Amino acid sequence: MTERTTIVVASGDMDKLYSALIIANGSLSMGMEASLYFTFWGLERLKKGGLQKGALSKMHLLGLGKLFMTSRMKKANVASLERLMRDYKELGGKVIACDMTMEIMGVSRESLQQDLIDEYGAVGAYINEARQSNITLFI
Amino acid sequence: MAEIRVDVRQETCPVPLVEMRKAVRRAEPGDIIEISGTHPASQKEIPMAVEALGLELLAVEGTPDAWTIRIRR
Repeated sequence: MTERTTIVVASGDMDKLYSALIIANGSLSMGMEASLYFTFWGLERLKKGGLQKGALSKMHLLGLGKLFMTSRMKKANVASLERLMRDYKELGGKVIACDMTMEIMGVSRESLQQDLIDEYGAVGAYINEARQSNITLFI
Repeated sequence: MAEIRVDVRQETCPVPLVEMRKAVRRAEPGDIIEISGTHPASQKEIPMAVEALGLELLAVEGTPDAWTIRIRR
């Protein structure tokens, strides 16, 4: 059976989204399968135009820190989260949206970027993915 | 048999690895993929991925900050 990475994306912070998408893309690039399970603040990033909107988890400084980080990343030619998500989908990565979060946070399917989402699921969907995974992370 | 060139010079993690994988998916068995990059960690990482994907590593040339890797699918 193909090896698999499953990541819970519970944080909506920009730097954590980078960690999740880079690890997920690395897994796919090295021949594994990958699933990203978006829940709580992570789900916010699946809203239309929301991928890059997260704050920094540290030193956000009302947006100044993020501005500084973004300009440093541009200089280092770091790919945007949009590009990383496009690559992730192109390489066959799976995106699961937590439907309990949608309910408690009042998020409708229409407000989400539905073309990215393969499945709307609950904890069972995550466990089913995670139990077949060699790498599972909670970010 | 085709030869596919991938230019990831000036690109950083994880782009060289991801572009290599995309090129491998597009290639037919027997095709050669030549990747040129400048990101030092990728020069080590791509051969690891080549092994994990069961491909043939033909050559790793250049220096860590200006390298070319050749792979046969």
